[in-house]
Amino acid sequence: MSAIAPSAALASSPTTEIPLINIQIDGQWMQFPKGTRLIEACKKAGKFIPHYCYHPKLSSPGNCRMCLVEIGTPKLGPDRKPLLDSEGHPLIAWNPRPAISCATEISEGLAVRTDSPLVRECRNAVMEFLLINHPLDCPICDQAGECRLQEFSVEFGKGESRFLEEKVKKPKQVDIGRHIILDDERCILCSRCIRFMQEIAKEDVLGFVKRGSYTTLTVYPGKRLDNNYSLNTVDICPVGALTSKDFRFKMRVWFLKETKSIDVNCGTGCNILIGSRENTIYRITPRENDFVNSCWMPDSHRLNFHYLMREDRLKSPKVNGLDTTWKSAISEASHLLSSHPSSKIAILASARSTLEELFLIKLIIELLGIQQHDILPRPQSGDGFLIAPDGNPNTNGARLTGVAANPPGAQLEKIVTAIRNGSVSGLLSLGEDPTKIGLTDQELQKLNFLIVLDILPNRSTAAATIVLPACGFAEKRGSMINLYGRLQRLNKAISPPGNARDDWEIYRDLLFSLNSPSTTTPRTFEELWKLMAAKLPPLAGLNFGKIGDLGFQLDLPWLEHKGPPPHSAPAPIPPKMPQNGNKSP
Amino acid sequence: MSANNSFPTPFSPTPHPLERRIIFANLTKPDYKPDLITYLAHGGYNELRKALTLKPSEIVAAVKASNLRGRGGAAFPTGVKWGFINPNDGKSHYLVVNGDESEPGTFKDRYILHRDPHQLLEGIAISAYALDVHLAYIYIRCEFPHAARIVSNAIAEARAAGFLGPNILGSSFSLDVFVHQGAGAYICGEETSLLESLEGKRPYPRIKPPYFPAVYGLYMQPTVVNNVETICHIKHILRLGPEEYAKMGTPGDGGTRTLCVSGDVQKPGAYELPAGSVTLRQLLYDICGGPRPGRTFKAVIPGGSSAKVLRIGEKIITKSKNSDGSLSEKQTDILDVIMDASNLAAAGTMIGSGGVIVLDDSRNMLWALNNLNLFYAHESCGQCTPCREGSLWMAKITSRMLSGKGVPSDPRTLLSVANNIAGRTICAFGEACSWPTQSFVEKFPEDFEAAASNPITTLTAA
Ligand SMILES: Cc1cc2nc3c(=O)[nH]c(=O)nc-3n(C[C@H](O)[C@H](O)[C@H](O)COP(=O)(O)O)c2cc1C
Ligand code: SF4
Ligand code: SF4
Ligand code: SF4
Ligand code: FES
Repeated sequence: MSAIAPSAALASSPTTEIPLINIQIDGQWMQFPKGTRLIEACKKAGKFIPHYCYHPKLSSPGNCRMCLVEIGTPKLGPDRKPLLDSEGHPLIAWNPRPAISCATEISEGLAVRTDSPLVRECRNAVMEFLLINHPLDCPICDQAGECRLQEFSVEFGKGESRFLEEKVKKPKQVDIGRHIILDDERCILCSRCIRFMQEIAKEDVLGFVKRGSYTTLTVYPGKRLDNNYSLNTVDICPVGALTSKDFRFKMRVWFLKETKSIDVNCGTGCNILIGSRENTIYRITPRENDFVNSCWMPDSHRLNFHYLMREDRLKSPKVNGLDTTWKSAISEASHLLSSHPSSKIAILASARSTLEELFLIKLIIELLGIQQHDILPRPQSGDGFLIAPDGNPNTNGARLTGVAANPPGAQLEKIVTAIRNGSVSGLLSLGEDPTKIGLTDQELQKLNFLIVLDILPNRSTAAATIVLPACGFAEKRGSMINLYGRLQRLNKAISPPGNARDDWEIYRDLLFSLNSPSTTTPRTFEELWKLMAAKLPPLAGLNFGKIGDLGFQLDLPWLEHKGPPPHSAPAPIPPKMPQNGNKSP
Repeated sequence: MSANNSFPTPFSPTPHPLERRIIFANLTKPDYKPDLITYLAHGGYNELRKALTLKPSEIVAAVKASNLRGRGGAAFPTGVKWGFINPNDGKSHYLVVNGDESEPGTFKDRYILHRDPHQLLEGIAISAYALDVHLAYIYIRCEFPHAARIVSNAIAEARAAGFLGPNILGSSFSLDVFVHQGAGAYICGEETSLLESLEGKRPYPRIKPPYFPAVYGLYMQPTVVNNVETICHIKHILRLGPEEYAKMGTPGDGGTRTLCVSGDVQKPGAYELPAGSVTLRQLLYDICGGPRPGRTFKAVIPGGSSAKVLRIGEKIITKSKNSDGSLSEKQTDILDVIMDASNLAAAGTMIGSGGVIVLDDSRNMLWALNNLNLFYAHESCGQCTPCREGSLWMAKITSRMLSGKGVPSDPRTLLSVANNIAGRTICAFGEACSWPTQSFVEKFPEDFEAAASNPITTLTAA
């Protein structure tokens, strides 16, 4: 299939100077950068043009024909110069044939009608064509409520059927991949999924077979849609043809509350929407951010949330294995910490914690004068796309606050040795499992005290003197700095189970219990940010609100690569496809 | 006997007096063989020799001056098409010969391919030289396996004799030609779909703009796609000289045209006539011998199945400007319309691929349309919504009507579905599949109304 590559304007960085072009949209003259697609220009002008096959991050095949508009070009005089109206704008010669706005690049003097009788007739006809062979599955279709076919039927359809024939039958409930079920009758053959697999995931496994109205989406013989980015096809499928096995039949989408947050499974920090109802998360979908993840995210990350709903979540603070109140757990912890010489205490922190949490941990470190502290690094190979070569989402936060050693992990061996030889006899494990740095259960048992903050039981919680149940990523707010220096926000979608508490409040209470001076100890989240912004130069002038939904690029001196990760380049140009802009003869 | 003579011939042994055989001149001779010796004995490759002494731009100019229009269906002026190629742009250029001949009613290219492949190869070599092409493909539909073999043999012969390959006839010009066989789809004849197919992909037509073959053609390089017959004409333009060649036809349509007449006439066949030299009446009565005994003509599809049908008896009204500026109207009986590109366009249809399908009064037009609709529903590539869904819908309606289950709204629905396809699709198949419905229903309402009389209650709405 041939398709034009994504808009040059979208693909180029905002710093390059792009000339402006005059076009007329529904009678209004406006300017847009050269290379803009007509559909995008109209959108910016507040004229939404319905579309199915067009996706701004993929090439445009122009196949659905939903975006047809009337276009015109300047009338030329005998001297081949445009004839002008009284205001100096060109007079327009309207083309009797409608044109697709998704693959049309704007040109000087181009005029468009987005809502003329012809345009309405075209949309109406496309809707009718798409519906005649479409099954009436809405009541049992997962897409219902966020289905473009439903939405556009209401807005642009006729609302009645003239179709007296039998519908085309196609395969339903086809298992085409680890996470995906395909319903071919619902497929409107827009090819978005195919193009995603070719152009973004770069694993060409989807294609059409048969022809005409019998055209059927399928996986190539011997292939499966098992790619770790497969679920993005479900996101971009405008209808309920591709559904996620994980989400299928679980919840009606209109009941879902959507919370903007970020993925915490690696150093990329893909922007996400958490879909939840009451205290249950039903799905996570990527949220567009061209500085980070474009519109995509890996399956392995989006599906990694079920652990938050596990039955065995830590729900109550414990001292010596017995449930207790937060008050007594905190005072017991502060008693243990203050009664031990700081040289005998070590902290194993986590680069999965938020910046706010790490900052408070650093305050504890400074207050007590603890020398031995570090985080557990998670180097990994990454996948060359959105899975970063760092399995921690906030290594940069741990470095910025100084909780991590330099380089992160450099102190771990010393800490282990010190515990083994007894020079350290008290350990705070804050969101990590100390057996992962090589300590055995016996070595943990031998400690004078072990304070563990976590959300799920592990080998160390069993050995812990004190267990502090905390919040998972979807149960709290806070921020993290991704591998490329972008500061991004987590937001609370659901409440933690039982008596589990927001981590930062636990640290704050511990600080107060340790008699940290009230002038330098934040009581509220806002105070916490004020203090952070004052103490950490890269955060100067910032507050939580200012980070914004798309994050904030920090200038961290140690970063080699700042800004958008190399892979997030908005849409790779498909092979052999020309760049826009050099296309006319 | 070689395979090429083993199927019935559509040619009369002696040309009709109105005929002028150029393209068909040799291949209609009973003893003519598709090999190189025979071709050379008939003056073969002389024009290539001549061409190599000319500047490429002189050949392009000659093609422009010849008024040759494409024989593939769109009747696009070949010289203009060639003019889009800039031989000095430093890019690779390709020539692709469209031998997909799949328009129903068209059967001319197959005879060239089977019986006179060297005529095509000489045309290719001359065209390639003119267009700075060093690699040319002949796309042959899979239903012509013999043709593919015959043309491949001819390529090998021509190569061995120095008419193709490196340094053709001792010149600095080199050209390789390959045969590519299609996999059996009408849409592969659409030029951009053909290019996709040639690249090894599913034959989905490309959107234009931006993918005009002359800009982003084969492998995204400037490409000329021409019909088999079109390319054969090139050699004759050089042989006769562009003026002489153009003079045979009309100012808007130079040279000769092949017309393939099929259906309800006494003498169906393939005829080669000077373009614009006959009226429909002359074609049907003088050349094709009139209707079958006891029958009268009812309808003619003049340019392959996609062309709008003409109703015998209809009058074409043309307006022209008088010398004093006033308008005058002229009524022409359809039988008096001249069979060339511009006159058929004025009559609201097209010369297309020259496939003339004749229907007499024994034919029901609903039956005929249903036949076409089934073809188009089967052949729609399925890429774009209106054609994909609309072509099958129209076929289902006409099939239902034929089965006696028509409802009064059917003719109206048919027209509206066709109107919702034409002009709104990726490729011209949209028009190809909707023009028959539009014209059949409009021009033969009686055949449709008769089948549309059932009350709606006999069906359940979907
Ligand atoms: C649906 C469709 C089918 C076509 N089939 C053929 C064909 O079989 N042979 C052909 O030469 N042209 C066919 N064409 C026309 C080609 O797209 C193209 O215009 C032609 O090959 C150009 O050659 P010409 O300029 O020499 O006519 C078809 C066009 C359409 C829209
Ligand atoms: S895809 Fe949309 S229109 Fe189709 S059944 Fe599902 S919700 Fe309904
Ligand atoms: S499955 Fe969905 S995304 Fe893929 S072609 Fe069908 S409708 Fe489009
Ligand atoms: S018009 Fe028909 S044949 Fe052409 S691209 Fe669209 S679906 Fe395919
Ligand atoms: S959005 Fe599908 S054709 Fe433009």
